[in-house]
Amino acid sequence: MPQLYLEALSTYATDIDNLILLVAVLIGPWFILCEGIFFYFIFRFREKPDGRSEYISGEDPKHKRWITIPHLLVLVCDIFIVVGAVQVWYGVKQYLPPPYETVRIIGQQWAWTFVHPGPDHVLGTADDITTVDELHVEVGKVYHFKLESRDVLHSFSVPVFRLKQDAIPGRIITGWFEATGVGEYDIQCAELCGIGHGLMAARIFLESPESHAAWIAEQSPFQLATVATASIVEE
Amino acid sequence: MAELIQPEATQVDDAHAHHGEQSFWSKYVFSTDHKMIAMQYMFTGMAMALIGGFMVYAFRMQLAFPGIEVPFYGTVTPAQYNALVTNHGTIMIFWVAMPVLIAAFGNFLIPLMIGCDDMVFPKVNRLSYQIFLLSAVVLVCSFFVQGGGFGGGWTAYPPLSAKAAYSLTGLGSSLWLVAVALEFVAFLLGGINFVTTAMNARAPGMTMYDIPMVVWMIVIASILFMASVGPLIAGAVMLFMDQNIGTAFFDPDKGGDPILWQHLFWFFGHPEVYVVLLPAMGISMEIICTFARKKLFAYKTFLYTTFGTGVLSFTVWAHHQFVAGIDPRMAHIFTVTTLLISIPIAEMVFIYIATLYGGSIRLTTPMLWALAFVAEFMIGGVTGVVLGASGADIYFHDTYFVLAHFHYTFFPIAIIGTFAGFTFWFPKMFGKMMNETLGKIHFWGTIIPFNCIFIPLFVLGAAGQHRRVYSYENFPDLALPHFQDMRQFATIALLVMLGFQLVFFYNCFISWRKKEMDAGKNPWKSNTLEWVAESPPPHGNFPELPHCYRGPYEYGNPDREEDYFPQNLPA
Amino acid sequence: MRPIANTRSAAGIPTGRLAVWWVVASEIMIFGGLLASYVMHRLGNPEWAGYAAHTNIWFGGTNTFVLLTSSLSAVLAHQAAEAGDGKKAARLLYFTCLGAVVFVCIKAFEWTTEIQAGFTITSNTFWSFYYTAAGIHALHIIAGGVIMLIVAESAKRNEELHRVELIGIYWHFVDIVWIFLFPLLYIAK
Repeated sequence: MPQLYLEALSTYATDIDNLILLVAVLIGPWFILCEGIFFYFIFRFREKPDGRSEYISGEDPKHKRWITIPHLLVLVCDIFIVVGAVQVWYGVKQYLPPPYETVRIIGQQWAWTFVHPGPDHVLGTADDITTVDELHVEVGKVYHFKLESRDVLHSFSVPVFRLKQDAIPGRIITGWFEATGVGEYDIQCAELCGIGHGLMAARIFLESPESHAAWIAEQSPFQLATVATASIVEE
Repeated sequence: MAELIQPEATQVDDAHAHHGEQSFWSKYVFSTDHKMIAMQYMFTGMAMALIGGFMVYAFRMQLAFPGIEVPFYGTVTPAQYNALVTNHGTIMIFWVAMPVLIAAFGNFLIPLMIGCDDMVFPKVNRLSYQIFLLSAVVLVCSFFVQGGGFGGGWTAYPPLSAKAAYSLTGLGSSLWLVAVALEFVAFLLGGINFVTTAMNARAPGMTMYDIPMVVWMIVIASILFMASVGPLIAGAVMLFMDQNIGTAFFDPDKGGDPILWQHLFWFFGHPEVYVVLLPAMGISMEIICTFARKKLFAYKTFLYTTFGTGVLSFTVWAHHQFVAGIDPRMAHIFTVTTLLISIPIAEMVFIYIATLYGGSIRLTTPMLWALAFVAEFMIGGVTGVVLGASGADIYFHDTYFVLAHFHYTFFPIAIIGTFAGFTFWFPKMFGKMMNETLGKIHFWGTIIPFNCIFIPLFVLGAAGQHRRVYSYENFPDLALPHFQDMRQFATIALLVMLGFQLVFFYNCFISWRKKEMDAGKNPWKSNTLEWVAESPPPHGNFPELPHCYRGPYEYGNPDREEDYFPQNLPA
Repeated sequence: MRPIANTRSAAGIPTGRLAVWWVVASEIMIFGGLLASYVMHRLGNPEWAGYAAHTNIWFGGTNTFVLLTSSLSAVLAHQAAEAGDGKKAARLLYFTCLGAVVFVCIKAFEWTTEIQAGFTITSNTFWSFYYTAAGIHALHIIAGGVIMLIVAESAKRNEELHRVELIGIYWHFVDIVWIFLFPLLYIAK
């Protein structure tokens, strides 16, 4: 149901949305049924002037099966959900398709630094493009990201991708995404990281091949030098 | 059957004869009487709820009207925002839910419901409250020290919580940690009494299956707490040392691991939610049985299911850490265990519904609260299933969806459960009836706004809004007018709900102050032993300790003309 | 002075014993968490074996012997208490307490030499765990020793003799924690 409020713009975004829908479809009817019966009983068995309540211990198998059968059916629903969850999780977090490019993402108090590989498509060379708080990627290409933190825990979250991954200082965590549409969207930090946590808004630019190439061309060596390191944002 | 170590005094007067006339200090402040200690926990918990509630007011006003001068508070800076949300969560769980549901109701009810004169270790009981009070004082002090209160979330993840250079609240962080650790010690001590009293001090004739469900729930909750908090106490010692003496347990620059803290925290943190859930479930069940005039459906199944839930609760913790950087393969294990735990909880919900079947339901104020507990908790429960599915949690983690989920569980537990228990046992505690009309006004004035606060938050979470952010003005996709309208709607609903709490306090005040002791021993015609004592019970509880002849829920018993058969009456 | 509640025993286990088991269970979780964290770190950091080489197995071994002996005297004290001989039980408890004192003295000496050699609590995470685990254990030894003195005071007047067993249970637990600490900190090199 996130798709009601924002677009799904990665290859696995619809998988995640469909998993959410699966849970809603399997659990929703149970919820409605339980609340419905609950309120119906409150109405049906309300106190009557001459009424007397029944004396039911619930130990009689005839009665107890009203509990045991539903809860076995819940187990069956849960199995479907688990299978769906495992599949989606695997597809996002374990499976790593071969990358077109790799980007480096560095979180710190309180900004995001992105290192793009530049025209040679190789990270770690002299033509890398470093930006602060903006990530430019080409639509339809598989990107790997190497996520790091300079200080505390942060978390790289792109809602339109449905992606999230915590950044841990002292580790480099690899993930991937492939954008499926153009546009400019929020990147949020999804782990409380201090007083500037709410200031760590960044933007992701999902660009067609032409506009992406144009952006790369715009990044002259002069511009590269001035944004080489991100500065800590003053409160 | 009951076994006695020494011959039992038949008259309670003998055991308590030494008291005589008590001074104000020994009767109210240094009392060892379980009922007085219960009151101390209750009032401290409610006072802390006012503080926690005030914090919500301040930070929700900031979210709804960013930059506003919040009346009675001032401007909420980003640092204060973090401290407010951190301490709101910490207070509501450790200083409201636990003291009220476990310590206050546990202390008041257990000796009465099992038919004895006090807890087994009254002095340890008193000590537990004193340490608890100290913990509350330390926490409140933490707000006023240099740097301000701790703002790293109630989860306190390092390195943010470990280094003052990152949190900017060096002293506040340490005081917060010490306060939480003291609270843990207080509840470990309290647990000694709940468990030993319920196991050993039962009235003659009271078997394990004759124990009222709320007593079982508090006992099991205490055991869950005791079994889960140890590793976190170890972790707290480690964090304190990282904060203050330069060790590096959680500092990756020096060989430590921040994820270790997360595991230690959540190994406790997940069972903790059942620690507070179980007593609230027990309270609602007592009330539902009384006002539906029905035996608890499948008592043994409910009990064994609770044991099962308790055990399972130790196997799910890393669902809080799906995207935290744990080995991705571990996620599969934890999604299986998390989904599995939905089954016993679902069964318990079915048992509530089955207990209503064939009843003769009277919608008094306590009954309204108890029924609302079940209905609202169901929403919390089903939204938890979405979060337990690992693939879905990639999106929902750290969003307002999680927040709305846990408020649909915690609010029924801590607030609805409290009001249910309080309105139900008020006549027993004070000998006077509360006003039913005011009670119902308070009920609807709380429940309707409650839903108006949190349903918009589900929507905002689904739209990708993340937690612990002081203003969404910086996020173009979230700063849209219709989202801001929802934030304001939720905040205004909060103001309405807070306003209606005045009705409750007014009701308490006038009911407590009224001249006529109109409650009598058993105004609700309830079946359990606490209703055999006077209202309020005297020191020593029963002039002659009762004997137990049957189960706790003999409502609608066909062998009786009356529609209930109290536990203490011979056949 | 005691409530009637204190004199009942519906579950068949004396109340005092139930309470001590509760305390022991909670302590098992505390030490368990600490030691599990240590083991996880140790498994992930092979270089820690090098740091651990500097712990002194002779001090550790002596302390193990001291604690085992004191547990023996605690058992004998319980036997004496069961037989109703409060004075003997008290003497044996004093002896157990002496074991606690010796343990703490050896540890103080041990730590002094280690600190002087440059191995402090902040040297690295291995040493942080070493001092924290052994330190919390030592605090439990001291607390146990103090409680033992209090119990012995009543015992020698033949009062509250059941408490001798209870402090004995606690003492055995503290001993068992050391039985885990010793290999983890001293033997695994």
